[in-house]
Amino acid sequence: MEVTVKLFATLRNGRFKTETRCYAPGTTVQQIAEDLKIPLAELSLTLLNGQAALPEQVLTEGDTLALFPPVGGG
Amino acid sequence: MSSIAGKILRVNLTDGSIKHEALSPGLAREFLGGRGLGGKMLSDEIRAGIDPLGKENKIFFVTGPLTGTSAPTGGRYMVVTKSPLNNAIASSNSGGFWGAELKFAGYDMLIVEGRAKEPVYIYIRDNQVEIRPAGKLWGMTTSQVTDALLTEAGDRKARVLNIGPAGENLSRIASVMNDRWRAAGRSGVGAVMGAKNLKAIVVRGSGKVEAAIQERFKEAVSSSLKKIKENGVTGQGLPAYGTAILVNIMNEHGIYPTNNFQLGVFPQAEETSGETLAEKYLKKKDPCFRCPIACGRYCSVDGEEGGGPEYETVWAYGADCGISDLKAIIRANNVCNEMGLDTISAGATIAAAMELYQRGRIRPEELDGAPELTWGNGEAIVEWTRKMGRAEGLGAKLALGSARLCEAYGMPELSMTVKKLELPAYDPRGVFGHGLQYATANRGGCHVRGYMISPEILGSPEKLDRFTLDGKAEWVKIFQDLTAVIDSLGICLFTSFALGAQDYTDLYNAATGENFSVDELLACGDRIFNNERLFNLAEGYTAKDDTLPKRLLEDPMPDGPSKGYVHPLDKMLPKYYEIRGWSADGVPTAPKRQALRL
Ligand code: SF4
Repeated sequence: MEVTVKLFATLRNGRFKTETRCYAPGTTVQQIAEDLKIPLAELSLTLLNGQAALPEQVLTEGDTLALFPPVGGG
Repeated sequence: MSSIAGKILRVNLTDGSIKHEALSPGLAREFLGGRGLGGKMLSDEIRAGIDPLGKENKIFFVTGPLTGTSAPTGGRYMVVTKSPLNNAIASSNSGGFWGAELKFAGYDMLIVEGRAKEPVYIYIRDNQVEIRPAGKLWGMTTSQVTDALLTEAGDRKARVLNIGPAGENLSRIASVMNDRWRAAGRSGVGAVMGAKNLKAIVVRGSGKVEAAIQERFKEAVSSSLKKIKENGVTGQGLPAYGTAILVNIMNEHGIYPTNNFQLGVFPQAEETSGETLAEKYLKKKDPCFRCPIACGRYCSVDGEEGGGPEYETVWAYGADCGISDLKAIIRANNVCNEMGLDTISAGATIAAAMELYQRGRIRPEELDGAPELTWGNGEAIVEWTRKMGRAEGLGAKLALGSARLCEAYGMPELSMTVKKLELPAYDPRGVFGHGLQYATANRGGCHVRGYMISPEILGSPEKLDRFTLDGKAEWVKIFQDLTAVIDSLGICLFTSFALGAQDYTDLYNAATGENFSVDELLACGDRIFNNERLFNLAEGYTAKDDTLPKRLLEDPMPDGPSKGYVHPLDKMLPKYYEIRGWSADGVPTAPKRQALRL
């Protein structure tokens, strides 16, 4: 299946901003983070199609996954 | 000197008197400093109903017990006055170096009263205080007046606070600027200085602030420094990308107000993000006094340099006006700082003007040949900001803020304000607790009086469901009370991404020699918040003013990940009033006032 993965802030270093990537059906958020070599500790926010997602959540064709490190501001 | 210097400097511009007064230790104990102490003294010293631009209004510049100490970010001060934007209590926080310098000069606060006959500025060098003519400075922009006064003082280490042309022209969204581009931005505090004919305050101090219990203070400082360094937000995110790191996050959540809150997603957000800013325009970081976080930016565009822009500014001049040209946003930010306008209110008012133009209310012939007020027009934000600052043509109407502007054009509902203060960069239809906080913040539509974005979006200190109502009233109250404490101590709110109530208590106790528990310190926050509420009630505010713009309550979000939601404020307010100890019409009850000794 094809999913869009978006990375932000420091997670982009040595990786990419946005990519359409192919994964086997049933792939979870955590597996994608592992595939991208992003330690879970560096991951602060995970959005699946704009809604907060858990590591064990399964993706489906056409989903958009956005990953953020700890960030703040105001 | 002690962390609470115990001294007030009072300058009356009507009769030219300059007084040194003792600070009441009892008041300092109950209201801490900064926002709290200034708010209490303002409430005690001015009558309800006075004209905020009249000579009866007073303006307080107040440090906190941690200002000027080695506490991380300990350089902040508050400008407290009655707001000419909305008659509510104004307390605008600023960083930079000026606040710490006022403390070094020996003062916890400066109170300015009355009105000078001619333009003046105040010069403070420790005990030497003078009111000096400023006729030649009138009309100058922020950097011009700073340069002129530093030259006149013959001392590059002096610190300058000033207003730009906007404050002189009594713009209701004028800021007070210090150290060139640090701003006490909100509520129109710059117009109060303008109305007093007070252009600037130069300060230089030679004192040193010492904590009451020095060893304990050192420990508290190094423990909080360690937490700030190790925290992902304060140790990495903010230093690397500044506050504009939030652009993409809010956009991805569908709460990034676009085209004056008509939409919740800005397709070109990436082009204006903190990441893009760092990649293309960032020249260096620009930290405030003793700040290990250094979120401040210093950017360069085509040879033009200046401080900022912040997240809120990038949004107000960017997505809110449909603008993806980051260069134009940076230039507008520079003009805004030079004119001495609040970047949130200025950008958001231009956005409101663009919607009035979109709907045919503002007519092309009113533009006097200036760039068209169309969504996405980068030239418009730069030039209209200048025209607002100089009060030229239609710019003079914009300079009164979006509430007055939209009212004048017969469409008050297009003003995205609460209590006339322009809302910042988060659409509350997708973040419910934050919306409750907008509705109840004492100065009006403000994000930094209880930053619910932290738990509801960023997951700090824990992740809350942004669309649930459960527990939100309690969270808002605690956040508002803790924020009132931080704002009163004289350090930066951004430390709260890494520090908790216990850390602030430790710093405060060691600095002052007090022995407060966390609960006692938070009770001060509750007291400070309620005192402000009572100020506003005396000015005629009622529960019906605790509201949000109609668009956010009635029109479902049209697009993106927050699609379909409106803000459920009416379901949240009763609970909030109850846990605040207020009556059903939002008035602090007698037992509550007694408990807080108000
Ligand atoms: S975190 Fe940013 S705003 Fe706060 S004191 Fe540091 S540089 Fe200034």
